[in-house]
Amino acid sequence: MKRKLRGLLQVSVYVAIASLWLFSCKPKITDQDIEAKIQSNSALSHLSATVKDGVVTLTGECKDEMEKSSCEAAVKSIAGVKQVVNNLTVAPPPAPVEIAADDPLTKGVTDALKDFPGVMATVKDGVITVTGETTSADWKKIKMSLDGLRPKKVDPSGLKIK
Amino acid sequence: MALQDKYKPLVDTAKASGVSNLQVREQDAVLYIDGVAPSGSVKDQLWDIYGRIDPNFLSGDVVMNINVASAVAGAKVKVTTDSSNLNIRKGPGTDQPLAGKAAHGEVVTLISKANDQWWLVRTDAGVEGYGYAQYLTPVE
Repeated sequence: MKRKLRGLLQVSVYVAIASLWLFSCKPKITDQDIEAKIQSNSALSHLSATVKDGVVTLTGECKDEMEKSSCEAAVKSIAGVKQVVNNLTVAPPPAPVEIAADDPLTKGVTDALKDFPGVMATVKDGVITVTGETTSADWKKIKMSLDGLRPKKVDPSGLKIK
Repeated sequence: MALQDKYKPLVDTAKASGVSNLQVREQDAVLYIDGVAPSGSVKDQLWDIYGRIDPNFLSGDVVMNINVASAVAGAKVKVTTDSSNLNIRKGPGTDQPLAGKAAHGEVVTLISKANDQWWLVRTDAGVEGYGYAQYLTPVE
């Protein structure tokens, strides 16, 4: 009986020493440490992260799926992170650019060029092709008006600037 | 993304100077920049930067449509033609008959906008009609 008790005591002392050794050699990483690491990473700082017991929950908006997974990987690689709950959303793709139809474009081009007799333009499939000759200052004014008509492109490669 | 890099100073300035509803989209090798500038001087600044990156706007790889926030109904706008009077027309288009004229430098009232190109204005003399927006600058 006495021997058994002594054996048990010995074992528990070993366990105590072993656990002391284990914990003392491995610095404990706190949730705050993980949070600080995330905040100091410029690739992650625009997201919000909550950390609880080494489990990181990510929320916020990414510009694409690639960013979403790279952010998750970056958080996973931080020491002390046990798990990442990826609640990041991906921003919807921007709406396609609206291009005006050729008829309103042609009318708009006529209006825009009325005061610039040296400059001609044609419209096809949304592209305004500008030709003729004008000054740099006048071309700037024309370009400002033409860009406001919602063209697909303004092609001045045939235009000569005096 | 190459165009976004080429015109980065332009887009960065647009963001930094408070252009609202800013949209920067690259499509078929053209960069489309749309937005509403808080003032005419911000719009001018953006066009200056654009002209520095692409001298004389000859590359044809940008379509920039920047409107000015202060150009709203009821605002006073000035006729900023080079020197001539501004035709005020009965409808939005140079094919429309004349309703009258506004003098160079005259300040008129913006009633509404038919579109980005044609604004309905009223002069102090009572002439009401459409003027070409390029020659109408909000008084700030």
